[in-house]
Amino acid sequence: MYKILEKTQFSEKVFKFRIEAPEMAKHAHAGQFLMVRANETGERVPFTFADWNPEEGWVEFIFMVIGKTTEMLSTYEAGDAIQDVTGPLGQPTEMGEGNWAVIGGGVGLAIAFPVARQLKATGHEVHAIMGARTKDLLLLEDQFRSVLDDEHIHITTDDGSYGEKGVVTAPLERLLQEKKVDHVFCVGPVPMMKFSALTAEKYDTPIIASLNPIMVDGTGMCGCCRVEVGGETKFACVDGPDFDATKVDWNDLRARQAAYLTEEGQSLKAYEETRCACHR
Amino acid sequence: MPQVNGRYIPNVKAPRTADNEEPADVRAKDFRPVDKGFTKEMAIAEANRCLDCKNPLCVQGCPVNINIPRFIEAIRAEEFGRGLDIIHEASMLPAVCGRVCPQENQCEGVCVMGKRSEPVAIGQLERFLGDQPELASETKVAPRNGKKVAVVGSGPSGIACAGELARNGFDVTVFEAFFTGGGVLVYGIPEFRLPKAVVKREIDGLKDLGVKFEYNSVVGRITDADELFEKGFDAIYIATGAGLPKLLNIPGENLPNVFFANEYLTRVNLMKANNFPEYDTPTKHGKNVIVFGGGNVAMDAVRTAKRLGAERAIIAYRRTEEEMPARRAELHHAKAEGVEVMPLVSPLEFIAGEDGTVCAVRVQKMELGEPDDSGRRRPVPIEGAIEEIPCDVAISAIGTNANPFAKMIGDIKLNKWGYIEADDEGRTSDPRIWAGGDIVTGAATVILAMGAGKTAAASITKHLG
Repeated sequence: MYKILEKTQFSEKVFKFRIEAPEMAKHAHAGQFLMVRANETGERVPFTFADWNPEEGWVEFIFMVIGKTTEMLSTYEAGDAIQDVTGPLGQPTEMGEGNWAVIGGGVGLAIAFPVARQLKATGHEVHAIMGARTKDLLLLEDQFRSVLDDEHIHITTDDGSYGEKGVVTAPLERLLQEKKVDHVFCVGPVPMMKFSALTAEKYDTPIIASLNPIMVDGTGMCGCCRVEVGGETKFACVDGPDFDATKVDWNDLRARQAAYLTEEGQSLKAYEETRCACHR
Repeated sequence: MPQVNGRYIPNVKAPRTADNEEPADVRAKDFRPVDKGFTKEMAIAEANRCLDCKNPLCVQGCPVNINIPRFIEAIRAEEFGRGLDIIHEASMLPAVCGRVCPQENQCEGVCVMGKRSEPVAIGQLERFLGDQPELASETKVAPRNGKKVAVVGSGPSGIACAGELARNGFDVTVFEAFFTGGGVLVYGIPEFRLPKAVVKREIDGLKDLGVKFEYNSVVGRITDADELFEKGFDAIYIATGAGLPKLLNIPGENLPNVFFANEYLTRVNLMKANNFPEYDTPTKHGKNVIVFGGGNVAMDAVRTAKRLGAERAIIAYRRTEEEMPARRAELHHAKAEGVEVMPLVSPLEFIAGEDGTVCAVRVQKMELGEPDDSGRRRPVPIEGAIEEIPCDVAISAIGTNANPFAKMIGDIKLNKWGYIEADDEGRTSDPRIWAGGDIVTGAATVILAMGAGKTAAASITKHLG
């Protein structure tokens, strides 16, 4: 069992857990992930590290409530315990020489932040491009501002409720035109990563994406998380989750992500029905 | 016991005792064990068929050389506890091995009775004793020797090694990536062939010997060899297995509802997707399921598909039934349960339906040509003989590769396929690290993996004990 030390709520549906896991905290790197099984009947779900502290022995992950497991996790409080937490898993993000643009979309900002912070800490110049559908869904702004100055932070919202109206590719394109970045890292919904890749490719700037396919074991044993990169099949859990974004088959990733939508709906419905029964 | 003047006279005319099975139409609907095992009367009758050979070939046929005639003699004498103790001298997992060993290629394959009529049902007799663990004498444990060993992986090889080392007085910790122990015994082999309660009982037995288990521990990521040695471990045994699925490398392989057998089986066996939504992990219940492969994993997958409601479940194999590496018993079980065997086909392409998931597979029909290096006749494509088979779930069970974490554990020599190089004792290029099981040999059997664990434990004991 893994104890929840702290629970933070960022918005209606977005939460952060700080989990007691001393060994994991000692070995975690930016870009890696952990897998959670909430309880004995639970499924295994991957979450990227949002933060970790080897001295204090904890790791953090951020999640958005989208289905049964995340809905159930959102009811857990500090002091409760999670059945299983496994990690660190996956390859750490490779941080090449030069200036970086780090793009995070929606809950992907939670994954982008440790990468941006790590890049900054190792002497890179870092631009953060933070995208969200609307102001309330913009995560970790304070954290990003604590490591980067205002000139290096670019915020976009789809509805224009905060920052620049539009999507992340606009500030990315400006940075690329002005030759302010040598590398791009992106993480977020598939369309965002796909169009970021097309934009970076136009300027011959390397771009890596942190992919988020469905996983079961997370250790290279089942192949559920396979993705097509440059015409080759790769297992995101052991070969990734970071890949050259210009080579990813986005349609394939999207189709595989959607493979269990019906079952996910059934599971959530069954869970909500049992919860209602308790409240009655 | 049939005797003349105090001498045992085997009942050579008796036919081999038939397995005690649930009828196929009943069992194909759920995940309960197919084979209920021998009753006491059945076990004794079968034990009476053993010739009690002076030079028993069966013992040599067993990879861990269990003293088979002696434990069968104990069954005849109805001294079941003594029989179990005899097995335990060689193997701590009789309830598992009695169920999953390919006995026809091992002990039973060389049984002299097999030449006259049918071999003695050694596996069933071993299982009969293994299922009564409470009868065994308390395991003798050597005095603690103050040495610590880390075992990486809790599959059959890791378990066997850990058990031996604990009996030899070592302080043993098993590191397991999953949340529960057993490796392929829990994620791969289905409940209807090996009840998980049996695996749990074997693991609990190790805990009673003082073995510690660290679950959710991916060695190579959360720690590595250097760190384990710094923490005071004197030796490491690597038994991570060969779990990485082999790709077919054909178009459409990544379509939704095309599975590797490992994923399909893990969802059901480990995550209990057959009980969704009571358990959170879903799986796909195909009406038309096709499985490519001819080994035990393919049989497990196709029989699982049948139990999840498949109306048509096909085993498609590029050679013929004769060449299938699966246990004969499992092939027979599968066919009895209504599985269709489609020999001499090889997949060419998976085709997507309108909803984007797999709807059919194009296969190349084959014929058997000249024998290849393995002595088996090589399947060769029949030109132009291509067929399209409808399917809504397709499963690839063509084999696995070395576990990708083996190379991250420590600086040890691997061969070109990523398997660890180890000598007959299981010693690797690092004198403090041993390895065995599938991560050395490639995918093999439970009992061979156990044998490697035992051998390595003996070697570790010799060098450190």
